[in-house]
Amino acid sequence: MSEPLHYRTATDLARGLAAGETSAEEVARAVIERTQAVEPKVRAFHHRDEEDALEQARASDRRRAEGRCLGPLDGIPVGIKDVLAVEGQPLTCSSKMLENFVAPYDATVIRRLKERGAVLWGRLNMDEFAMGSSTENSAFQVTANPWDPERIPGGSSGGSAAACAAGEAILTLGSDTGGSIRQPAALCGIVGMKPTYGLVSRYGLVAFASSLDQIGPFARSVEDAALLIGAIAGHDPLDSTSYRAEIPDYAEAVRSARPPWKIGIPGEYFGEGLDPEVRAAVELAIEFYRAEGCEIIDISLPHTQYAVAVYYIIATAEASSNLARYDGVRYGHRAAEAKDAVDLYFQSRAEGFGSEVKRRIILGTYVLSSGYYDAYYLRAQKVRTLIRQDFLEAFKRVDAVLTPTSPVPAFKRGERTSDPLAMYLSDIYTISANLAGLPGISVPCGLSSGHLPIGLQLIGQPFGEAGLLGMAGHFERHHDHHLKRPPL
Amino acid sequence: MASTHPIDIDYVANLARIALTPGEKERFSRQLGDVLAYIEQLNEVDVSSVEPTAHAFPVVNVWREDEPRPGLPLEKVLANAPASREQMFVVPKVVE
Repeated sequence: MSEPLHYRTATDLARGLAAGETSAEEVARAVIERTQAVEPKVRAFHHRDEEDALEQARASDRRRAEGRCLGPLDGIPVGIKDVLAVEGQPLTCSSKMLENFVAPYDATVIRRLKERGAVLWGRLNMDEFAMGSSTENSAFQVTANPWDPERIPGGSSGGSAAACAAGEAILTLGSDTGGSIRQPAALCGIVGMKPTYGLVSRYGLVAFASSLDQIGPFARSVEDAALLIGAIAGHDPLDSTSYRAEIPDYAEAVRSARPPWKIGIPGEYFGEGLDPEVRAAVELAIEFYRAEGCEIIDISLPHTQYAVAVYYIIATAEASSNLARYDGVRYGHRAAEAKDAVDLYFQSRAEGFGSEVKRRIILGTYVLSSGYYDAYYLRAQKVRTLIRQDFLEAFKRVDAVLTPTSPVPAFKRGERTSDPLAMYLSDIYTISANLAGLPGISVPCGLSSGHLPIGLQLIGQPFGEAGLLGMAGHFERHHDHHLKRPPL
Repeated sequence: MASTHPIDIDYVANLARIALTPGEKERFSRQLGDVLAYIEQLNEVDVSSVEPTAHAFPVVNVWREDEPRPGLPLEKVLANAPASREQMFVVPKVVE
């Protein structure tokens, strides 16, 4: 393969490492040098510790030399969204509130990566507390889309998506509450997956909306995403919502999957607001599956139009409760000048939180407040049931649902920052999978005439990751969209 | 559903324990008014016989053995404290 080391897949590097063609230290150096070269343009990282990454890589090489290799991720640099706790490293959530916070323990996904020998690499920029769709809500820096520095990388995991797309890491981890992995993956031209709610432990993930949050991978191939998901999935007693599911060999599922499948096309996802070029690219993908012998079935998910409204009630309500912990007392920002203990809360939160976080806490507090709970929160939870039932009904007839990931390619910086509602509608195709708890994957399916990536979303049945990855992998095997690189 | 009337921003900001500037109050009231108007569409849905969903996959009765386990050591707990003294968090005076 002629790709430079920093652009090779983890699967390919694992082969090269096993064959002695390269070393983990060489891979880490390639990623570090690439990051040094492009980071002034991309600005994906908050924090990098090059010496620490090289030390982890050398430890991996020593293990391998002693015959104690820990598997295919041993020695692979994995970038981490700055919302996941890595013991001894900064954990800011791109917020002034946590500017000086150092994580006192490892998230379960991090412990699992360490057990598999992955080289943990840096802290990646995001929208503050994962609230946003463009990474413009970061308190610290603006991350560029590697395909066009004037444009946003998507969000909230924009740093994770941009770093992986730019070759600043081989794989990255993000979190997805309403599309925060799939949407930036689509906008940066890589693979991103949100697992079924409960498949991956949330222990050590800073909470945004606990009934929606899931951790998942960014990768430059479906098989790589499968590899990373397999490493982080599994029951964890430290997360009471963690599910006791069998974890199959997802990478093998990608390699062995073959059509035909029954694929549902929901009319509601192809209506007003869908960019014509995105529509055309997704329709080409549908025709590919049809030509491969798949049955393409028109379906209806009739409550789709309510998903964004339901989401912004439930997610903000849960956020207002979760973020009550930032009170300036035990950790996080404390206002210097407070009259008394209660004033300390008011001032610390006023100074520590950015605009979008305040806006969402206010909305969430409002919808939960006395007299409004039934009208907003309870009603939203009921419509959530209907959205979930739409999907479960569809899955009686189809194996997966195929949609665009984002209605538009990457938009320009500043284009939506003054209109929160317009920003919220960026997630219109991704939110339902979170509300219904379903797995969703975004795969590159084309470039716009302006050379911006377009993503295709497949939504699957609960705990149907293996099948979903197989379908996505089959598309990838017959296309070269995932091999296109941004003009950096 | 409730409001076509604007959100009582002072009341809600007080519940949320966030001090807002006059500019933020004006801006958030207007923006959240738009969002609430958008949310009004949920009134169209008949939910009279629908159970609410709190979690997509409710896992109930998650117990563990009631055995003592080590927690974080004190020095790690206090390492992120804005102010601490003698193994305690320091806060402004609460009682006179």
